[in-house]
Amino acid sequence: MTNPLPSTLSAAQVMDTYFLETRAKLLEIAATLDRVDRGRDLAALRGDPRLIFIHEALEVLQSAAPNRAERILNLYSIA
Amino acid sequence: MFYIDPHIHMVSRTTDDYERLAHAGVVAVSEPAFWAGFDRSPAGFLDYYRQLTDVEPARAKQFGIDHYCWICLNPKEAEDLGKAREVLAEMPAFLNKPTVLGIGEIGLNKNTPNEAKVFQQHVQMAIDQWKGDGKPEARNTKHEGGNHHLILIHTPHLEDKRKGTRMILEMLRDFGGAISPGRVLIDHVEEHTAKMVLDGGYWAGMTIYPVSKCTPQRAVDMIELYGAQRLCVNAAADWGVSDPMNTMRTAWEARRRGHGLETLMRIFYNNPAEFFGQSANFKQRRMNVSLV
Repeated sequence: MTNPLPSTLSAAQVMDTYFLETRAKLLEIAATLDRVDRGRDLAALRGDPRLIFIHEALEVLQSAAPNRAERILNLYSIA
Repeated sequence: MFYIDPHIHMVSRTTDDYERLAHAGVVAVSEPAFWAGFDRSPAGFLDYYRQLTDVEPARAKQFGIDHYCWICLNPKEAEDLGKAREVLAEMPAFLNKPTVLGIGEIGLNKNTPNEAKVFQQHVQMAIDQWKGDGKPEARNTKHEGGNHHLILIHTPHLEDKRKGTRMILEMLRDFGGAISPGRVLIDHVEEHTAKMVLDGGYWAGMTIYPVSKCTPQRAVDMIELYGAQRLCVNAAADWGVSDPMNTMRTAWEARRRGHGLETLMRIFYNNPAEFFGQSANFKQRRMNVSLV
């Protein structure tokens, strides 16, 4: 039912276009996790489903399989 | 470039935003009925419908923008079935107003049984209140299924979206041949719901909204993945942190990747014009792009 549009950019062009903003987003995640670590009463957050979700999402980013955005959204979805 | 914003809540925006939209190339906006940030009384809904059908078209007209709207009781206020019954009883009078395109944005918020019940009542009303659109046959978009008012559907936010979208698709299927997927737009799709909506033959809307929905980059990714057919982009700017320029930002993102004017016009003008054009009340016609 769907007719994909051919990608207009080469893989290298995609990287040229989006590398810096991707780097910035990764740094935001790293800084947020550091901020959580520095927060008061960190032990109370142990087992928090949001923290678990973030770590599972980071595993998705490390995988070579496609559709990473969809897989992260599925991780975050109720049944 | 001219474009249409298919989903924006202008009652929540300043008149300056109409001016900014006009400067950016907007020629028409479509405003679904939604939650005001607090639960209204049934009388409050009547005032709101008057604002949508009388006040906003006049405010938009100052900037050469045609304002269209949709009428419903939104899912966030559907828990009170008594109130829903009162409001739904008043809706048919507004469906015949000259700038109303159909029933919306109905749908689900927390996927509760009461929300589902009121969603089904709205769909039934779209079927029962349909009196034909009186437009020439040539303008009719071919579609399979029954005739009914156009329907615009909100899908839930965040973790509830996938389940809610599935529930909505199942409920629509339960209406069988009475519903034409080509006369239904299911909004706020993301990567995990776009395909199921498009595969059902429905129109899909992508909403560019901070934090809780989609970004321009992800929206253009989905256009590349699924194609331009039956996909629309909107800002859904409202009283929350949001930006009416986000639809245009998505067009810029597509342009920066090298997508041509024909593709841009299709997604940002012709697709909404084709879907809305199934209502006789919608004036804008599809445009051809030809390069000399």
